[in-house]
Amino acid sequence: MTSRYTFGGDEHIFVEVSEEMSLEAFFTTLSMTNAVRDAKIDGVTEICPANASFQIKFNPDVIHPDTLLVRLKDMEETANQAEPVLKTRIIEIPVLYQDPWTHETLMRFRERHQDPEATDIEYAARINGYDSVDAFIAAHSGSPWFVSMVGFVSGLPFLYQMVDRDRQIQVPKYLRPRTDTPKLTVGYGGCFSCIYSVGGAGGYQMFGVTPMPIYDPEQKMNYLKDFMVFFKPGDIVKWKPIDRAEYDRCIEAVEANTYTPRIREVVFSLDDFNKDIDGTNAKLEEMLNAD
Amino acid sequence: MPINVKTAGFATTIQDLGRPGYYHLGIPMGGAMDRFALRCANMLVGNDEGAAGLECVFMGPELEFTEDSVVAVTGGDLPPKLDGEVLESWTAIEVKAGQVLTFDYLRSGARAYIAFAGGIDTPPALGSRSTYPIGALGGVEGRAIQPGDVLPLGKAATAAKTGANIPEDMRRMPEKTARLRILPGLYAHRITDAAAKRFYDETWKVASEADRMGYRFKGGTPLEFVDREPPFGAGSDPSNITDACYPYGSVQVPSGTEPIILHRDAVSGGGYFMIGTVISADMDLIGQLQPNVETQFVQVDMETALTARRERADALDKVRAHLA
Repeated sequence: MTSRYTFGGDEHIFVEVSEEMSLEAFFTTLSMTNAVRDAKIDGVTEICPANASFQIKFNPDVIHPDTLLVRLKDMEETANQAEPVLKTRIIEIPVLYQDPWTHETLMRFRERHQDPEATDIEYAARINGYDSVDAFIAAHSGSPWFVSMVGFVSGLPFLYQMVDRDRQIQVPKYLRPRTDTPKLTVGYGGCFSCIYSVGGAGGYQMFGVTPMPIYDPEQKMNYLKDFMVFFKPGDIVKWKPIDRAEYDRCIEAVEANTYTPRIREVVFSLDDFNKDIDGTNAKLEEMLNAD
Repeated sequence: MPINVKTAGFATTIQDLGRPGYYHLGIPMGGAMDRFALRCANMLVGNDEGAAGLECVFMGPELEFTEDSVVAVTGGDLPPKLDGEVLESWTAIEVKAGQVLTFDYLRSGARAYIAFAGGIDTPPALGSRSTYPIGALGGVEGRAIQPGDVLPLGKAATAAKTGANIPEDMRRMPEKTARLRILPGLYAHRITDAAAKRFYDETWKVASEADRMGYRFKGGTPLEFVDREPPFGAGSDPSNITDACYPYGSVQVPSGTEPIILHRDAVSGGGYFMIGTVISADMDLIGQLQPNVETQFVQVDMETALTARRERADALDKVRAHLA
């Protein structure tokens, strides 16, 4: 993969690893940004990985933009040779699909949608060739997802499904963005799922809601005490469809601050994955469910 | 030495120089949109340049002092009034306990900065007191100030010299037709050469959607795109890219119609192509643009950007020397 380097003004270098999304591009992005972090270059102030690209913010009073550009290009070779193996964690995220709150919201913004007669998830199921919403939910929650980027706003994860490209779900964003999205909405745009960490404007299709907070500026939630943002790029997520009763139980636990996400440490190898996608995913799920 | 907020103005927020270091998690650096103006206000009252003050948009708040203090107002021309008497901007003003600071109407610019000797001493979040309402960080409970709020002040340094002033030729405001210098790059190849030429030739106007997150512009010709097969993951609109990081100051043009320049409270990434980035030397100017101000985008190279950056640093040094 040959990356494209370009300056974002006098304070950023933007590196496009690939125009299109793929797990390979994401892994190159991760190894490049890890290499830059490890190099501890004077003047580099922010290292931001994205799905298939990344951005370095720097202080040009400390390092000349051209000098930094040369150093980054030198690292590309090494990063390309890095073994695509990731020590990470898999997390189970409960989802109440077709919940009342995103339903109420999507009904308010029907005139901004491609298909005003259907709900977001009915529309997504239809254009992706699923017979029913249930079959679509089974596909969305059936395989794990990579957190390929954290951003947009406070701690919002973008997730990329770990399946063959021909099984990837794709949906367009709303025709015009909504001015409102419930907090913790599970959304979808392009080939990415996301969780809205906070409420606000948004253009992704809305499929459901998770009871599990992923951003806590007050750092009161037991699992967000150390840092207010839950996700980091490279995390693996498995959605767990839940019903309203279980959703309410989760909310009670969240309110009592006893909610504990199910998290397991795993090692992910991209080569093993490419050799046997379903087998690798089944193993990941086994590890998630092991005690 | 708290200050009582009687009225809050419009989206008046506590800002310092921001919280860099968390952009990779979608938390922007924030801080004063016009950093030069905030630094000047702080210097006038004897604070560290990065102390927290108030950023006022279009109109000022009404503030009651419970103890003697020294304040300074810089940035856009929003004349301060003490118990009704109009006073000088860009000047250290002595305030007595019980006095009320109000403001006349905005004469020029868009944002004024109020610094208080000792600085506002609300609890910092991630190393900064800057207000980031989307993420409920900093400020007063993560929001803009409201009537009834009580703003605590830190201990004043002894350096505050009432009457100290920064003369007009040391200040900086946008020209009548604002000029914003842009380094082309990022996804500039997505539009035709003719579209790029027109973008820089035409005069744009600041649209009404202009805030700390970004400034939208209108009035120019829609951009023509170079044909392509949409890359997997990008989306079908010609202005879409696979969601990527957005540099501060980057100029995105959703659907090729209205450019948006991201500012201090930028969204950290998204799926729209960008044609370039406003150079660091001109970011402060954006914070002083009112809706409908005519704006010219000027294409520059890296050398010009770095020279302009040095000029801004020199201008700040001059103010430091003047007040020392």
